[in-house]
Formats: sequence, structure tokens, C-alpha cells
Amino acid sequence: MKPLSRRQIAWRAAQDLEDGSYVNLGIGLPTLVADFIPDGREIVFHSENGILGLGKAPPPGEGDPDLINAGKGAASLVPGGAFFHHTDAFLMIRGGHLDYSLLGAFEVSETGDLANWTTEDPDYPPGVGGAMDLAAGAKEVRVLCEHTTKDGQPRIRQRCHYPLTAAGVVRRVYTNLAVLDIGPAGVVVREMVEGLGLAALQAKTEARLQLADDWRPLAPPPL
Amino acid sequence: MIDKTVASLAEAVAGIKDGATILVAGFGAVGAPDELADALIEQGARDLVIVSNNAGNRSNGLAGLIIAGRVRKVICSYPRSTDSTAFDDAFKAGKIELELVPQGTISERMRCAAAGLGGFYSPVGVGTKLAEGKELREIDGRAYVFEKPLKGDVALLKADRADRWGNLTYRKSARNFNPTMAMAADLSIVQVREIVQLGALDPEAIVTPGIFIDRVVAVGGRR
Repeated sequence: MKPLSRRQIAWRAAQDLEDGSYVNLGIGLPTLVADFIPDGREIVFHSENGILGLGKAPPPGEGDPDLINAGKGAASLVPGGAFFHHTDAFLMIRGGHLDYSLLGAFEVSETGDLANWTTEDPDYPPGVGGAMDLAAGAKEVRVLCEHTTKDGQPRIRQRCHYPLTAAGVVRRVYTNLAVLDIGPAGVVVREMVEGLGLAALQAKTEARLQLADDWRPLAPPPL
Repeated sequence: MIDKTVASLAEAVAGIKDGATILVAGFGAVGAPDELADALIEQGARDLVIVSNNAGNRSNGLAGLIIAGRVRKVICSYPRSTDSTAFDDAFKAGKIELELVPQGTISERMRCAAAGLGGFYSPVGVGTKLAEGKELREIDGRAYVFEKPLKGDVALLKADRADRWGNLTYRKSARNFNPTMAMAADLSIVQVREIVQLGALDPEAIVTPGIFIDRVVAVGGRR
């Protein structure tokens, strides 16, 4: 059994973005998705700070100080890209104009609740940024995360333990072990890594899992 | 004759009162009016309420105001910064109050104030800690939380070019919160790279019309 690398999780999520989609990539793991869009598909990336057509990071030293991404790193604009102000950027997010919002997560519940904004660490002031807007507004919210925490606790829960970012919004989760759909039937395993088996996957998952009849092996290329 | 230009940063921030609510534009360090904020430190106003996306970078600008102890409260979406501990230090020492608001909600609350509206119902934050104590309402089967308008006594802004009427153009993602904040304060003050002759700005390229601007000061800087 071979868990996916972070780049492989991003690769798998990228395969599901249709040609012509408008997509916001959250900070962290979701940002890597931009590197793996299949050839021949035009995907327009949105950035909360007023960019459609966000391009790759420029080579070191060649960035424009006035052009950054949501993580505040140097960015570029693709041909056809546009700038607009913050209120319009969030109108696009909140108003259902984005096809997909891909987000990281601390926890996802079996009803699609998302917790990704605070662990309530008393040593730091809390920050929410655009997380709640991105979770509430896109046509479809998908999550990319490791299947368990560093100390082995499940992230796919019956109920989230951390404070919620939004309730009932997550429809698909890509982890290093599986691709899961969340819907009226509960949490359905669409794909899982070879040699794992449902019982072993269930042991790492708090939510009750069902195996799709047409489930497939999760086998990305080496990256 | 209309001439909103002023000769110095000191003149630009003159008259700002203790206890004022000040909208400070920028996303991270980009589009942030650091020279105006530095001038406000010199000017001496204290007990300020700051509305901004973040809580300052490095140790100048907004971070400098916090370090100088001039800020009573920050209303923002994400106070933490990788290059500044100004807010964290004041927060841990119990010297500053934080009102955390989702990024798009801050922006839309200011737009409401600008538009003369009494608030709005938003799906963002429903079912989370940030909606606690707020009015909930179901509209066409979806849950919304009521958000009030957010108006500034003063807005501190940064743009690329201006004319003496206060018409403004921006550069790339440095536009961010500037156009919305420009509309949402009683006194809107902008620092620009250069002031050009009336008529020199392409009317199709003006993002903020001069009606929203009260004072313009040129600070130079790179293009």
C-alpha cells in the first residue's frame, strides 16, 4: 500500500476540473493543483485579492511587487487575465460564480461540514481570511487533505471537533488514501489506493464509509 | 476650482481625531498606504479603531501605529503576518481588541455603508462562531446571517495615479480594498505615485471617480 504524496493528491484533484472551469485554489495543498492541469484544458484561476487568470509564480527576482496571490507570494497574470477590486472578488466567490473552490481542511464531517480556520491555539490570535466565503459560496466545494493528522487521528469525522468554517458544503474529498464523495448516501469511497482495502481505510476514518459499486484503484503517476 | 491635492503627508492626515474609525486599505503589504499611516503616527491621533484586511507588515505603516500604541481595536479578517509580530504582541499583552470578520463580509459591509444601505443578509458564516449573536433569517430555503454596514470616519488609501479632482487609477493587485474603502468613509485620503494634469487619465481607465476622494498626496515611488 502506497499513500499518495502531496503532489499526487493535487494531481488527482486536477484531473476532475473540466475545461472552461473557474476555480479558486485555497492556500497550501490546493495551490499545487495548478501545476497538474491536463494538457488542452483552459482553467481560469481566481484569487481573492482581485485576480482572474492567476498564473504561475514568476522566477525569483522577476516578480512585480504589486502582483501577489492569496498567500501573498509573487504571482503572474495569464493572457486574458483581469484585475478587479475586493468587493467584486468576493461577489464572485459568494454569489456562486466560481465552479469550484478547492480548500484544505483540518476536519471534514460525514455531512460535509468543514473545519479549516482555527484550531483555537491560545498562543495566536485567530484569523479567518476568505475561508468562510470560499466555503459558503462556490458552486461546489472540494477538499484536499491528508487522511489523518500527523499523530494518526482521522480527519474525516462523524462530526467536526474544531470550530466550523461552514456546514454541509463539502461534496468531494481527495486524501493521500482515497477519493470520497459526500452526499445523501453518506460518505462513499470512489477510489482508494491499491492494497489498502475498505476495512483498513475505515480504521483510519471516523465517518462510516460505503464502497461504491464501481470503485476504482487510486493510482496516480509518479510525480 | 476643485483641487484636492495637498503638498505634504502631514497636511494629508491633518485633523484626524482621537477615537476615529480608520479604514486602511491593502492586502498584506500590497496597496497599503504605509506613508500615510506613518504620517498618522507623527500626527498623534490615538485610541483608533482600524478596519483592514490584515494588521500590518514589518514595523512601519499600520504595524507602526500598533507598536506606537495608537490602536484600540482592529476589525480584520486575518491579523497574522509572517513578517510582523506587532499585532500578535499587542494582542497577547491584552493591549488591543480584535473583531474577526470574514474577508468578503468586511468588504461588503463597507460597500453597504458607501451605498447608503442598512445592511445585508449573507450566507457566509452561518452555523459558525463568527455568526454567534447575529440575526439569522431563512430566505427561499437558505439560511443567512444579518451583517451591518461598516463606515469609516477616515479612509487611508494607495493608488497609482491621480488628478486634482481625485480620480484614481491602480496597478494590478494593488487595487484590492482601495476602491471600496474610498467610497465608505467621510474623509478619504489617498497617497499616489504621481499626480497628473486633469484630463490626462483615460476616463475608461479611472476606477475610483473623484467624488469619493477628499485629499490627494503624491509620494513618488517606483512604477
